[in-house]
Amino acid sequence: MTTFTVGDALPPFTRDSGFAYWNRYAAVNDEFIPIHMEDDAGRAAGYPTAFGMGNLTWAYLHVALHQWFGEDARVAAVGAQFRSAVTRGKRVVISGQVTGVRPAPGDDACDEVDLALRAEDQDGTLLAPGTATVVVRR
Amino acid sequence: MTDGDVYITAEMRSVIGVPFRETVSYPVAASDIRRWAIAVYYPEVPPRLYWDAAYAAATAYGGIVAPEDFNPFAWATAEPELAPRAEGFDWDYTETRLGVKGPGLKTNLNAGSQTRYGPRIRPGDVIRSTSRVHSYTEKQGRMGTMLLTVVRSTWVNQHGETVKETDQTSIRY
Repeated sequence: MTTFTVGDALPPFTRDSGFAYWNRYAAVNDEFIPIHMEDDAGRAAGYPTAFGMGNLTWAYLHVALHQWFGEDARVAAVGAQFRSAVTRGKRVVISGQVTGVRPAPGDDACDEVDLALRAEDQDGTLLAPGTATVVVRR
Repeated sequence: MTDGDVYITAEMRSVIGVPFRETVSYPVAASDIRRWAIAVYYPEVPPRLYWDAAYAAATAYGGIVAPEDFNPFAWATAEPELAPRAEGFDWDYTETRLGVKGPGLKTNLNAGSQTRYGPRIRPGDVIRSTSRVHSYTEKQGRMGTMLLTVVRSTWVNQHGETVKETDQTSIRY
């Protein structure tokens, strides 16, 4: 049992990137799109290499939430905007900060915790800002 | 088309809110969930909640559940059934389905999502998705004028529960 307070910063969650990651995701999501598989296609779209799926960064936000709050936490809402591409070799670093805590409606044992999320690369370039609301047991 | 719009036509605006795709999943298999979890947790071993039935049975969920971001419609759906696939991608798919002319742009990127979740998806669930265009807007980017399309999709399970409602934004240019 843990309580959270506005301003709490959660430890960074990291993932490397590249075809080993993207091909696995393509294989489960049937997402075989050239910009994720071929550097030439990535360059044609205006990027230096092929780049990872936004859906995979989206998945990482959820993995991070459960690493921070545990598998019993109920993820009620997540939002993210993909601002920069995860080109080959970038490391995705996801951080979170608590922005709100309130009793969960209809459940005296739980709180709803609001979060500001930030996915950036290893150089601090913003990849995806986001938000989330998670229901956690006190 | 309103003043200043390059790609958005009156015809496109007329189909906002009209369902353009209804999809029904096959019953979700435990192996679908297991493989999904392996892919999104790579290179880590995913939590047992996603692949160990005995472990999952002893959790608050009472059994295996899917990661929230799981897609039960990948590869094949019960409705519509499997059909031959085109080699390329039709980025006007939404407008084509709605019977209107799309902008014919060459690049389509995922710009983000806003999602609200209900009950977790479990093995055996059959999910029905209904999608409609929520909005069209344009903005200037480094690649010129870009068309932003928000598609709202609602996923309902076989019990009538909404497991997910998502507003997904794509950028075409």
